[in-house]
Amino acid sequence: METITREDTPKTPYVKLDGEKGVVEIKGRSIPENSVEFYKPLIDWIDEYGNVPKDNTEINIQLEYFNTSSSKCILDIFKKLELLFKKGFKVQVNWYYEEDDEDMFEAGEDYQSIINLPFRMIEMEE
Amino acid sequence: MVVAKMGFNLEEWYAHKLQGEIILKYAGSISSDMITHALETIEENPQLRKERLQTRKKVYNVFVECMQNLYHHVDAPPSGLSVGGSPNFGIVLLVHDGSFYRVTTGNFILRSKVNFIKDRIEQLNSLSDEEVRLLYRDILGNEAISEKGGGGLGMLDIVRKTGNKLEYFLYPYDGEHVFFSLDVYIS
Repeated sequence: METITREDTPKTPYVKLDGEKGVVEIKGRSIPENSVEFYKPLIDWIDEYGNVPKDNTEINIQLEYFNTSSSKCILDIFKKLELLFKKGFKVQVNWYYEEDDEDMFEAGEDYQSIINLPFRMIEMEE
Repeated sequence: MVVAKMGFNLEEWYAHKLQGEIILKYAGSISSDMITHALETIEENPQLRKERLQTRKKVYNVFVECMQNLYHHVDAPPSGLSVGGSPNFGIVLLVHDGSFYRVTTGNFILRSKVNFIKDRIEQLNSLSDEEVRLLYRDILGNEAISEKGGGGLGMLDIVRKTGNKLEYFLYPYDGEHVFFSLDVYIS
């Protein structure tokens, strides 16, 4: 599968979808007014990746902050990966948050409570 | 802006809300570019830069959510309003006042929406922190994404992040319009 890379903007995160390595990276801030428009192609990519997945898939989420409209889209990404996990493929979520950022930590906990995927919460020093 | 109808005076409201140290004030069309610029302005603010990471992020996050609520939900202002040529007219203020930050928004809504907004805010204000957290998870996990993307999480997220009640007023303006004033405090 082709690799998709998107550079970050003031309102959208850096994204790398690497089908060869089975790694999804989302980094920065995610506050677009129209999150669906931004995330739809990424979710479609993960959908396709689901047809030719690696044995191990890793998703690294390192968000500074995100708006509520992005939160649903991020959940949709997890749901796609959850399907893979249910088929027996290994999927690992790495949720990064800055030290002292309780809101981002809790956001990770929210997803953990909704989605059945192995979550690793990784604290980063300021 | 000289606008006073049914006892509500927009200028007086605005002047009243300017109390404190102003970080950002804006009255006009709420566009995507405007939100980007406003965010740049507050990110460069020296007062906010001095704050601990958690407070700073809360302010940015709540500010963005308030702005995008306006962006998605304002109704066109009454015709003849001297300040509001644009159909998506709104007012936004970010103020540092003592130990807290206040985001104030003001916009016109149609009378038909008054009960919906009032009920929604009263419901959120009646919840404990734990109930807010559980409701947030419930909506995030169960409700389909809305056309505007938020799925009703915006206000809930603001209440959750601030831990404070929403302060609001609905001022009747004319037969058709009501002015919706919202104050969000981040301590």
